[in-house]
Amino acid sequence: MAEIKLKTPLTDKDVEKLEIGDRVLLTGVIYSARDAAHKRLFDLIQAGKELPVDIRGQVIYYVGPAPAKPGKPIGSAGPTTSYRMDAYAPKLIELGLKGMIGKGNRGAGVVEAMKKFKAVYFGATGGAGALLARSIRKAETVAYEDLGPEAIQRMEVEDFPVVVINDTKGNDLYVEGAKKYRKP
Amino acid sequence: MREIQAAEITKAVRDLFIDANCNLGEDVLAAFDRAIETDESPVAREVIRELKENARIARDEQSPLCQDTGLAVLFVEVGQDVHVTGGDLKEALNEGVRRGYGEGYLRKSACHPFTRANTRDNTPAVIHFDIVPGERMRIVAVPKGGGAENMSRVDMLSPSAGLEGIKEFVVKRIEASGSNPCPPTVVGVGIGGTFERSALLAKKALTRRIGQRNTDPELAKVEIEVLERINRLGIGPMGYGGNTTALDVFFEVEPCHIASLPVAVNVQCHATRHKEAIL
Repeated sequence: MAEIKLKTPLTDKDVEKLEIGDRVLLTGVIYSARDAAHKRLFDLIQAGKELPVDIRGQVIYYVGPAPAKPGKPIGSAGPTTSYRMDAYAPKLIELGLKGMIGKGNRGAGVVEAMKKFKAVYFGATGGAGALLARSIRKAETVAYEDLGPEAIQRMEVEDFPVVVINDTKGNDLYVEGAKKYRKP
Repeated sequence: MREIQAAEITKAVRDLFIDANCNLGEDVLAAFDRAIETDESPVAREVIRELKENARIARDEQSPLCQDTGLAVLFVEVGQDVHVTGGDLKEALNEGVRRGYGEGYLRKSACHPFTRANTRDNTPAVIHFDIVPGERMRIVAVPKGGGAENMSRVDMLSPSAGLEGIKEFVVKRIEASGSNPCPPTVVGVGIGGTFERSALLAKKALTRRIGQRNTDPELAKVEIEVLERINRLGIGPMGYGGNTTALDVFFEVEPCHIASLPVAVNVQCHATRHKEAIL
């Protein structure tokens, strides 16, 4: 199992070399977005309007953080379950999104889009929100403040730990992992 | 007749939700230690170590274990000789939720089902009342995260499906849930009663401590058997593969209609949070 350090934004070359099970430490800017923000982004795309964030090369983190305590950049911030974003993700990938961070299985449409347009799906440890928050140095709301914990935040992360779940070749760590340890 | 002040109830609920969200139970931590000893997968062991470290940080900083600090579920057993004074009981409980989630820096996750507009204070709580003998009030706070809750199901089996059909339903549900509910999970199984009663039994089952077996020795055996079957699925911590897919399985059983066999599976993530107070 390799451990790879990557800086965002990501290029095709960055993501093409990644394989399922690789541990990656991400440094740079990532954007938070979950259910309600995805719906708004998708509606803008459908209407042919500009997005509040240029998503080319970017990584979206499916997270709705807990409120920050005084003196902290952010509260607990672990991943939410990703399949709820499956309806919107292929379009964002087509527009240049290179990475998604979440937890849980993705649908066939998302896996197909990752292969076709070169993007990867990373898993962060679900429920480890207090630990993951330590890798987030700064967070500011850049869109949809009215959504509360679902607003889009620009996050500066340092060595944010993730694992490659789906690579650009259509492989899936969840399928391979369970196959390896399944017992009759 | 014993009097309990509404303000005392509010304070207890506030403290319980903060405590449950920031301090993982010793029973869960001990189950993590066992998994680190026994899981064959190095990746699985690494994930569990991360979860232990996360629990340590949360306890030290008094910050929530998980950003999903849940919808506020409350089990409230009210002694029949208790008289609540100085306010409305339901409002006192909700005020406790409001204060706990506000003052504890917990995430507010309650929203309108259609507009998705956040209620901004995590109320209303989901409150299950029970009237019991005595002059005490027992309050159990269960912050319930959405990811695992979404993997839960109720089914009305045919009585001919029997106990084997129930076991099959539970194992299949956990298999289909895969990595979504943040395994290793705790699985609450409610059997019997009516449609809604089975779901309530499944939820109540989740308030047991890890390793606390059903008092009926036959059901205790079934719990262990189903746990072993789930852990043979190979899903493992976070779904990365391994032998620790569930930490425990709890069955709660009540009589049902002669035509029915209601079964509910309530899935709980590894952040299995519940704290209680007796007033």
